[in-house]
Amino acid sequence: MLQLQNIEKVYRTDTVETLALRNINLQVDKGEFLSIMGPSGCGKSTLLNLMGLLDEPSKGKVVVDGKSTERLSDKQMAHFRNQSFGFIFQSYHLINDLKVLDNTELPLLYRSSASGQRKKLATEALEKVGLANRANHLPSQLSGGQKQRVAIARAIVGKPSIILADEPTGNLDSTMGHEIMDILLHLNQNEGTTIVMVTHDETMARRTHRLVRLFDGSQVQ
Amino acid sequence: MLRNYIKITLAVLWRNKFFTFISLFGISLTLATLMVATSLADHTISPQYPELNRDRILYITGIKLYNTQKGEFNAGGLSPYFCNHYLASLKTQEAYGFGRNGDPINTYLNNKKIALVSGFTDEGFWKVMSFHFLEGKPYSKADISNAEKVVVISEKARDDYYGTAATALGKDIVLGDDHYRVIGVVQSNPPLNNYTSADVYFPYTLAKEDWNNQDPRGSYRAFILAPSKAAVSTVQDEFYSMAAKIPLPDKDYDYQFIGADTYLTSFVRAVFNKGNVPSKTGGTRNSTGMTRFFLIIGGLIFLFMLLPTISLININITRILERSSEIGVRKSFGASSRTLVYQFIIENIILTMLGGVIGIVLTLIVLHFLNASGWIEDVQLDFNIRVLTYSLLFCLLFGLLSGVYPAWRMSRMQIIEALKA
Repeated sequence: MLQLQNIEKVYRTDTVETLALRNINLQVDKGEFLSIMGPSGCGKSTLLNLMGLLDEPSKGKVVVDGKSTERLSDKQMAHFRNQSFGFIFQSYHLINDLKVLDNTELPLLYRSSASGQRKKLATEALEKVGLANRANHLPSQLSGGQKQRVAIARAIVGKPSIILADEPTGNLDSTMGHEIMDILLHLNQNEGTTIVMVTHDETMARRTHRLVRLFDGSQVQ
Repeated sequence: MLRNYIKITLAVLWRNKFFTFISLFGISLTLATLMVATSLADHTISPQYPELNRDRILYITGIKLYNTQKGEFNAGGLSPYFCNHYLASLKTQEAYGFGRNGDPINTYLNNKKIALVSGFTDEGFWKVMSFHFLEGKPYSKADISNAEKVVVISEKARDDYYGTAATALGKDIVLGDDHYRVIGVVQSNPPLNNYTSADVYFPYTLAKEDWNNQDPRGSYRAFILAPSKAAVSTVQDEFYSMAAKIPLPDKDYDYQFIGADTYLTSFVRAVFNKGNVPSKTGGTRNSTGMTRFFLIIGGLIFLFMLLPTISLININITRILERSSEIGVRKSFGASSRTLVYQFIIENIILTMLGGVIGIVLTLIVLHFLNASGWIEDVQLDFNIRVLTYSLLFCLLFGLLSGVYPAWRMSRMQIIEALKA
């Protein structure tokens, strides 16, 4: 489903060159729930960003559903992201000026779906995370856990092939964190959603199918 | 999609009230100024009382003599002889007339000076122009031939001289040192009508000049009325072929040009094509200076809009950078750079349109006060459909000008950087 082949990522400034990832080879299978762990600055988020085509590798190839994503135009890349990925960020990244329902339907805006259909799908997604009753609230009126649930609804509304979650429980207390984890596990087990999750939390990671450990930009497990 | 854009635009505008105020203030003030100027320009160009047939009148404002060897020229008005002799021969016209205006003439009432503006015309002038006679009628051909001491006065002159709404018909009026009989009172002709406005109209034969002189040069302007708007160019063609046969009046010059133009062109030719010495072989008729005129006007409007546009661009960049997280999110979920450029341009157009609506309201208020103040005599400025169309075009242009650059800059933002900001 998702393959990373000989991935290397180098960040360059005027004076310094930093190797963030080296020689990463990784395959994520359909229906898998994979977690990525490692100390701060080891390249976990960079790896997730490369998987989700949010960033480009310095070397190597990202293959999504059998298609290489090298040399894609901005438009093709956008299309890929829209169809194949759903993102969940640690700091939620909801659009504060939009209501929960409008935030949720965001990925559908970039597809040719009618307004009514968008609303229906967004409401269904919110129901799955138990927030249908907050559809008309603004993000500022929600708790951290609720915001992350909206972010999950936004990530699943377009039924993407893979959900990429960057420390989804990182900003939440333990109870909230487990609630979010339950939702992700439910999506994985009951709907077959493929999930890749970056986490610091060993307990959370242990609940997933497979764990990948990074250290100083290299895969160690 | 569009509804979503509108929603977010309004939400962002509401959130950043200070930015919104500054943006809307700049836009609406600029647009209001442009709209008032457009209204004034529109009033000046479009048919206005008494030149209601402006779209089928050809204005002959004078004769230009050139010495193409020395690069010199001499410009002046027309003589009554020229008008009566040459214009009368045009077959395609409906009517012609001529006149001159603008000289002050004083009269005294109970030792109090009343300053008036004089005009001298032929009888055809009244046929070409659409004066509204409140009393009496214009002078006739016979009045002109006999140099009868009769005048047509404006409503304003009547009110000043005889008292408001008093009857003036048949009454005596002293103008300069002479006595005249009022044979007609017309609704006042606003001073903005540069070619026809006056308070007192005399038969041209009363002017202190030799109106029998056969020199085509004089101090008059002529007006030819075409039977229809469509026939204007036919009349123009006939005029130019006739004008080409008029002999040169002065041996110091080797070429002459007499232009028969529509209203706007006549102004433009006078202002923007003053010193051009044309080649004898042609092209003269087209060298009206219209291109130059439109370029200058366009340039002025551009400069006028440049400053608020630059400030709006700056405000927009700040606004957009504030929303970099949103840009990152939108791109993550499938918005291409182009889609985002569209979004921000649409947002900016909505903002400018909002500014435009406020600008329109401001314009209406300004026009109301301008009209009520009587600052421009006898002129009622209208906010018509044409002005509204211009205004909306200005808004659109403004929105595009100030939205494209910030949107382009934003679209180049990397997703990761945008999300981190």
